[in-house]
Amino acid sequence: MSEKFGLEPDLKPAILLMDDGTIFHGKAAGKIGVAIGEICFNTGMTGYQEVFTDPSYFGQLLVTTNAHIGNYGVKNSEVESESIKIAGLICKNFTVNYSRKQADDDIQDYFEKEGLVGISDVDTRAIVRHIRHKGAMNAIISSSILDVNELKEMLSKAPSMDGLELASKVSTTEPYFVGDPAAKHKVAVLDFGTKRNILECMAQRGCYLKVFPAKTPLSELQAFNPDGFFLSNGPGDPAAMDYAVATVKDILKQDKPVFGICLGHQLLALALDIPTYKMFNGHRGINHPVKNLLTGHCEITSQNHGFGVDPKAIAAKENVEITHRNLNDDTIEGIRVKGKKAFSVQYHPEAAPGPHDARYLFDDFVGLMEN
Amino acid sequence: MPKDNSIKSVLIIGSGPIVIGQACEFDYSGSQASRSLREEGIEVTLINSNPATIMTDPVTADNIYLQPLTVESIIKILEERKIDAVLPTMGGQTALNLAIEADKQGVWEKYGVRMIGVDIAAIELTENREAFRQHMINIGLSVAPSQIANSFLEGKEAAQKIGYPLVIRPSYTLGGTGGGFVHKEEEFDAALRRGLAASPTHEVLVEKAVLGWKEFELELLRDKNDNVVIICTVENFDPMGIHTGDSITVAPAMTLSDTAYQQMRDEAIQAMRSLGNFAGGCNIQFSQDPVTENLIVIEINPRVSRSSALASKATGYPIAKIAAKLAIGYTLDELKNQITKTTSAFFEPTLDYVIVKMPRWNFDKFPGADNTLGLQMKSVGEVMSIGRNFLEALQKACQSLENGRKGLGADMKEWVRVEDVLGRLEVASDDRIFRIKDAIRLGVPLQTIQKLTHIDMWFLKQIKRLVNYDKEIMRFNVPSDLSEPFFRELKEVGYSDAQIAWLLRVKEEDVTKQRKKLKIERTYKIVDTCAAEFEAKTPYYYSTFDSENESISSDRKKVIVLGSGPNRIGQGIEFDYCCVHGLLAIKEVGYEAIMVNCNPETVSTDFDMADKLYFEPVFWEHLESIIELEKPIGVIVQLGGQTALKLAETLHQRGIPIIGTSFPNMDLAEDRGAFSDLLKELDIPYPEYGVADDVDQAIAIANRVGYPVLVRPSYVLGGQNMRIVINDQEVERQVLTIFKHMPENRVLIDHFLDRAKEAEIDAIFDGDDIHIMGIMEHIEPAGIHSGDSSAVLPTYSLSVEAVNTMVEYAEKLARALNIRGLINIQFAIKDNKVYVIEANPRASRTTPFIAKAYKVPYLKIATQVMLGTHKLKDFVIQPQPSGFAIKVPVFSFDKFPNVDKQLGPEMKSTGEEIRYIKDLTDPFFRELDRNRSMYLTR
Repeated sequence: MSEKFGLEPDLKPAILLMDDGTIFHGKAAGKIGVAIGEICFNTGMTGYQEVFTDPSYFGQLLVTTNAHIGNYGVKNSEVESESIKIAGLICKNFTVNYSRKQADDDIQDYFEKEGLVGISDVDTRAIVRHIRHKGAMNAIISSSILDVNELKEMLSKAPSMDGLELASKVSTTEPYFVGDPAAKHKVAVLDFGTKRNILECMAQRGCYLKVFPAKTPLSELQAFNPDGFFLSNGPGDPAAMDYAVATVKDILKQDKPVFGICLGHQLLALALDIPTYKMFNGHRGINHPVKNLLTGHCEITSQNHGFGVDPKAIAAKENVEITHRNLNDDTIEGIRVKGKKAFSVQYHPEAAPGPHDARYLFDDFVGLMEN
Repeated sequence: MPKDNSIKSVLIIGSGPIVIGQACEFDYSGSQASRSLREEGIEVTLINSNPATIMTDPVTADNIYLQPLTVESIIKILEERKIDAVLPTMGGQTALNLAIEADKQGVWEKYGVRMIGVDIAAIELTENREAFRQHMINIGLSVAPSQIANSFLEGKEAAQKIGYPLVIRPSYTLGGTGGGFVHKEEEFDAALRRGLAASPTHEVLVEKAVLGWKEFELELLRDKNDNVVIICTVENFDPMGIHTGDSITVAPAMTLSDTAYQQMRDEAIQAMRSLGNFAGGCNIQFSQDPVTENLIVIEINPRVSRSSALASKATGYPIAKIAAKLAIGYTLDELKNQITKTTSAFFEPTLDYVIVKMPRWNFDKFPGADNTLGLQMKSVGEVMSIGRNFLEALQKACQSLENGRKGLGADMKEWVRVEDVLGRLEVASDDRIFRIKDAIRLGVPLQTIQKLTHIDMWFLKQIKRLVNYDKEIMRFNVPSDLSEPFFRELKEVGYSDAQIAWLLRVKEEDVTKQRKKLKIERTYKIVDTCAAEFEAKTPYYYSTFDSENESISSDRKKVIVLGSGPNRIGQGIEFDYCCVHGLLAIKEVGYEAIMVNCNPETVSTDFDMADKLYFEPVFWEHLESIIELEKPIGVIVQLGGQTALKLAETLHQRGIPIIGTSFPNMDLAEDRGAFSDLLKELDIPYPEYGVADDVDQAIAIANRVGYPVLVRPSYVLGGQNMRIVINDQEVERQVLTIFKHMPENRVLIDHFLDRAKEAEIDAIFDGDDIHIMGIMEHIEPAGIHSGDSSAVLPTYSLSVEAVNTMVEYAEKLARALNIRGLINIQFAIKDNKVYVIEANPRASRTTPFIAKAYKVPYLKIATQVMLGTHKLKDFVIQPQPSGFAIKVPVFSFDKFPNVDKQLGPEMKSTGEEIRYIKDLTDPFFRELDRNRSMYLTR
């Protein structure tokens, strides 16, 4: 796997150091440098580029469990935001030699251009098993500094994800529009780090979207005269987003259709006084089983979250109904507000990457606006 | 709502004898289904005519009917038993066809039997090529342009319209029989005629050939609520044009983006939902244009198929087991993931490793057979391997093949002439993967290889890495020259010590020694369906060279059972049966049972059979690592056919205990010279023989022992390169052929006992007592390989005296060879004189047959005798004979139209079935007996 074979780049040594002192030695992938973040793993077998560019991963060191990463290169159009959002990549086989006629670049060039630091040739399965037992924690990857003590020092200064507000860092700074201005429905999107494909799913269904910065108050949203409100996905701890919770509370008073995804789901819960919690290990992958309790149908979903909504608190709320549950661990996957047109899901119906089983939720949202 | 409680008794139909295209994977699915239903308290009745299956064993089902797969047999069962439902989806095309036939005759309705897990209308739709094509178009999916033809003229018209290259696909045939590509107009007429003739409805589809498009397969499961999951996505290394059963396949898909994959997933689900509403498995094949990424649907099998077994082993998700539960009314969300036991069965497995499946061909058994690969499946078995990267899995697959390769090349068997290699690239045959590496090594540009093979560049670039590694290794002279990181990297991409040794021009043990010194050792990972996201409860392991080892050796006493590798002619499903019983017997005496094998079609590699399963090549280096980790009390080599037996010598040399008969004694039986000396000493007659190193010696021996003579290599399996000859010229020709194909072999020449009767005995010996399991008389005369003979149990025409002599010789031999466990002895009887032809100190092809015919758990008894925990006297053995049982060979000649179908000393059958007859007036027996006379007069 070194350059003398003319097939893989000359990989320099790299180190992965975790908060509990665990060390893995591997090879440098992408840019030579240092990356710090909360370590998490994604079990998807396809869609690495979509994952890298998903703003919800902001600030995270991503372990990909798939054996090869990079096989089909990168394609400019298959991104969920304009740039890579993960903090760093940890993988088994960093496969620079790709094969795809439609691809624009290989993964090494892409990482270098985007300035992303990664490590390959480490036992990713051992890392996943370690995190599974110890829970999510901060970690550091480095291919420039190889002195463990120095890395430990740097890592100790990294903030914990618990209580960390990150959405405003990836949200748009200026409002922008998506879709056909003549479309039937107008949706005000609160951007906490939205994936592109969410917006596209709504635009395709006859919605004209105005995407607002995370901290936009209701009055400014109202000026767009929307038929519905959308609360996007995004990174960080929802409990640290008082500003957004206040806005959602205001939105709920409007009695207009409200749809939330992932972080948006957690914010809807918080606005209903249902607390959120940090999960021991989040759900990240494209094979998570969810049951729709209203229809009895099951769907395979794309997920990416490290926080969840407290099930006990929901049970105590008479005005909130659980609509979806995770079949693996029974966690809350969807809720709706009784007597209101507000609902949300913890997972990603827009997929990208992942299965399209839950796209009907966008139809439901549009349906609510039609009534 | 959980299961349907009105179903209390289910009939499962098996797939019958093994033929190419329908092999022991259906024993795996049928057995799984049966156990799955019994778990639910359902009484399972099984019909199958194949006695070598584990599904027809009392450990699997409640009521077993080893009967011909006919409507008459079905009616007989329904007369005898109350059956609520029939599950016909576990026995391949054979079972389905039988269920459909019975349905047409109104049998199910008459007896009030529901058909579950299947929708006949869906089956018919997918098998009627034209209706299927229309259906796909109607639901908005794409298919290749094509036209149906019911006559020669219609076919010609279709070809003119569609243009070349095109494919001819006959309707309603198995494994692509009669189909083929037509590149040029000149080839069309013959291909069309063959296709029309192959189809039972005289119908073919003339279809545009999408040569060079990528090929993918998806395995789906659906429940009655229309919930669907994709269990596995498989990418074919060999693109469109080669039957997927003959393709090297890889999982997960290696070259598929999420956008392309999700489109495929959506279309697969849409297609399955459009096909009736049966609950169960489904397999869909797609082809993708590599440039536009446009998809077309190739075919759908709305049932558990050949690839379901592979998908189950590849992911850890037991498709047949779950499909059976869905058939009785469960929904996926009500069931648990069988690996984690805590998460849901409604999910899609994710892999953190790479799977490579490689077919195993046996063209050497079919002289004259066309060994080019195409639409018609020709392989007789397959291996699966698991690695942490593609190359590791690929090389492990090569090491699993049992064809003497040490990995992908770098083992002295490479080709060196560019022109030879190029020819093999364009016209694919069984060795193409090896020729690709040869071509790269010889400097053929990847672009050229791609143009000739259409194989995706990603795979070719990966193989090129191996060529570069080879070159790098060759720069060094001794193992200690290799740096630790480089050495480790070589192991990580699957190099065996033997390959490294060959490239360094040193001995394998020197490489192994240096590797161990550097502490580059195998670690083991679990196949867990979820990439370690959840804790797995199942002990299903594969090796790699990663940092963490997940296989923790227990402090229990352990026994390793060696499997028989890929199925091939002469060594098939019967050894899987033996291994399963071996495992159960080991568990019963309280030891830990560890299974090692690489054949995904087998029941013994089901993750809940052994206490621990190592899905690994039955290849010394891999086995040694397992032994070093597990430190077993011994290894059983008697149950895995010749593959396992071959490893006995190495085990013995390394001081690793062999359970049962010792190596020197097994060797005595295998070594022709020593064995004959033993026979002489015991005063047992044997045909005169001699061993030759060259043609002159061979002719001298032939004249000494007297013509006709049997000429064969000294080491063979299933009678390979064996021939009966009658004069010096023929001896010369045959000896030269042997030396050409097997240069390291010596040649054995036996006097051939013309017009003799053949018989065999299977027995168990415990050191004191012998138990004769059965004495079988072959209907065909000596000269026909025993595997191709119809064996009648018990004997029917031999004199009491001859039978007594055979028993006496068997006991003498068992004692002299100090057998512990099984022995099989072959006899020839001429003029009432009994000769011993050979003795096999292991489970034979006929052991399952006898166990079934006599309803005695012989393999369990034999294993416990081997282990030394039991003596024969500890068992009450009560055979329950009824009339005669006949083991009838079954052939797959329809796959090889130009092959000589005449039987001889070389085995050609792929499977067998059992027939019971009351007495010798039975018309079936009379027919076989008439054929005997035909052989005699030949």
